[in-house]
Amino acid sequence: MNNKMSLRYVAFFLLLAIFIILPFANDSRTLLILLTQIFIFGILAMSYDILLGYTGIVSFGHAMFFGVGAYTTAVMLKQMDNTLLIFVLSIVIGMLLAGFISFLVGLLTLRLKSHFFAMLTLAFSGLFLVLAEKWRTVTYGNDGFTFRAPDIFRDRMTFYFFVLASLVIIFLALYRFVNSPTGRILIAVRENEQRTKSLGYNTLHYKVIASIVAGIVASFAGSLYAVSLRFVNTSVMAMDITLDALLMTIIGGVGTLVGPLLGAAVIEYAQHALSGLARDYPIFERWIIFFGILYILAVIFFPKGIIGTLRLLFWKWRGKLKQRKSQVALPQEKERFE
Amino acid sequence: MTTLLTLNEVHTHIGQYHILQGVNFEAKEGQVTVLLGRNGAGKTTTLKTIMGLTPATKGEIAFRSHSIKKNPTYKVAKLGIGYVPENQGIFADLTVEENMKVAMRKEDSETLERQQYVLDLFPDLKKFWKKAGGHLSGGQKQMLSMARAFINDSQLILIDEPSKGLAPIVVEKVMEAIVEMKKKTSIVLVEQNFMMASRIGDTYTLIDDGRTVHAGDMQDLIHDEELKRKYLGIG
Repeated sequence: MNNKMSLRYVAFFLLLAIFIILPFANDSRTLLILLTQIFIFGILAMSYDILLGYTGIVSFGHAMFFGVGAYTTAVMLKQMDNTLLIFVLSIVIGMLLAGFISFLVGLLTLRLKSHFFAMLTLAFSGLFLVLAEKWRTVTYGNDGFTFRAPDIFRDRMTFYFFVLASLVIIFLALYRFVNSPTGRILIAVRENEQRTKSLGYNTLHYKVIASIVAGIVASFAGSLYAVSLRFVNTSVMAMDITLDALLMTIIGGVGTLVGPLLGAAVIEYAQHALSGLARDYPIFERWIIFFGILYILAVIFFPKGIIGTLRLLFWKWRGKLKQRKSQVALPQEKERFE
Repeated sequence: MTTLLTLNEVHTHIGQYHILQGVNFEAKEGQVTVLLGRNGAGKTTTLKTIMGLTPATKGEIAFRSHSIKKNPTYKVAKLGIGYVPENQGIFADLTVEENMKVAMRKEDSETLERQQYVLDLFPDLKKFWKKAGGHLSGGQKQMLSMARAFINDSQLILIDEPSKGLAPIVVEKVMEAIVEMKKKTSIVLVEQNFMMASRIGDTYTLIDDGRTVHAGDMQDLIHDEELKRKYLGIG
């Protein structure tokens, strides 16, 4: 194992240890809920990173899969029973549905050029939103409905640990996926689709795989989100969810997997802090405007996102270090020749 | 000698432009066929048309006597036609090793043997095995691009202007590599550098304004000052 890898393992286990200890060290309910939300949106943002960061696909319809997961879990827990078995079953069914939908949508749209694809995904997402609004007998339309979470999740801390464990598993699975031969081909598609085709790959096939993986993971995030709120309405299918995932990915750093997690933490915390400030300072009632400014600044000054910028700084520092070392070595060489 | 590739009256449109207006040529097994012509004559488009990247609108393209005109690019590649594009087409974020692995359609002993062969041919690639493709020099990128095309059992490799933008010493290395690769595969080469083309090529096809205007043995062209002056502006 090289130094870089062992450093990564240390950072990973250190962070994991902090998040395991944190709820015992700080009994703030708000912090627990905020962290749970960060983890759930982290999963969603990672799924978006598979599309945007690893395959170069800009989708405006990602909320559709999040919504499918959220509604499947909410409807099953309300209509059937609020047991753990039904919850697990609802996650599986949601993921299967999302996988099937992303397969169909991907097959229909991924042949198109990127901007046409983006528009079509927006249209499909709109279609699902309308379906959720109109199918009132099941979804209760815009008003939504409350339901009871499985008894085991009555304790917020249990749910927190369930979501944390899910995040770790999904992260490791996606990390393995992007570092697999298929993941390498996805990166090749992102960098130069024509070139990938001329190496003998049916790129549509790989883009559909990316779309299915992203859809399934987004659906899982949706299921967790619904249980965290014990409520669901059509907002889970709204464009805002897709935009959040997109911005979390961009702010954290596309094509890094860790970046979207960091992006989710930044955005969820900013939303929480800015809306909290509104209680004392009325100007922050329009916190969404400040949020917009934050997005614009991030895109202008950190186009590579937090992780991308940090990597760039690290490479620059390492380059300078190497240069300095070679400068130190040069006089010695000189002396040797003299 | 078996004919590998045949283009018969091939026409290609890109948008509203009629780029190829009747390209004919044959590439034979074990030979280097050089496509020559001035800038904008349609040489690169000819290669892209063979690969299906800019599909032919008229005419016939056959590989081992089977039509490939309607085949999508990936199927053309799977038939055994490798392609080294003009801009090298390196995946900048992938390492040299990953670039090679992406190019491998299977990882059997034969492929690994071929990998060893190209690494011996281009020792720089071995040296920068773990380096990102984007951090390589122009010459190294060219070598990687050629190595990728060679890694599969390609019966024919289309190479587009391998000397473009490279220092003379690197051009010499690339040329030596093509001569070596010629022993194992057939090549269609697009090259502006006539010196290089004449040293490597067995046959030539002259393209002018999207049409084939002349074809024959390279040795004949080398001694035909009139043809060189008229279509290549040299001599």
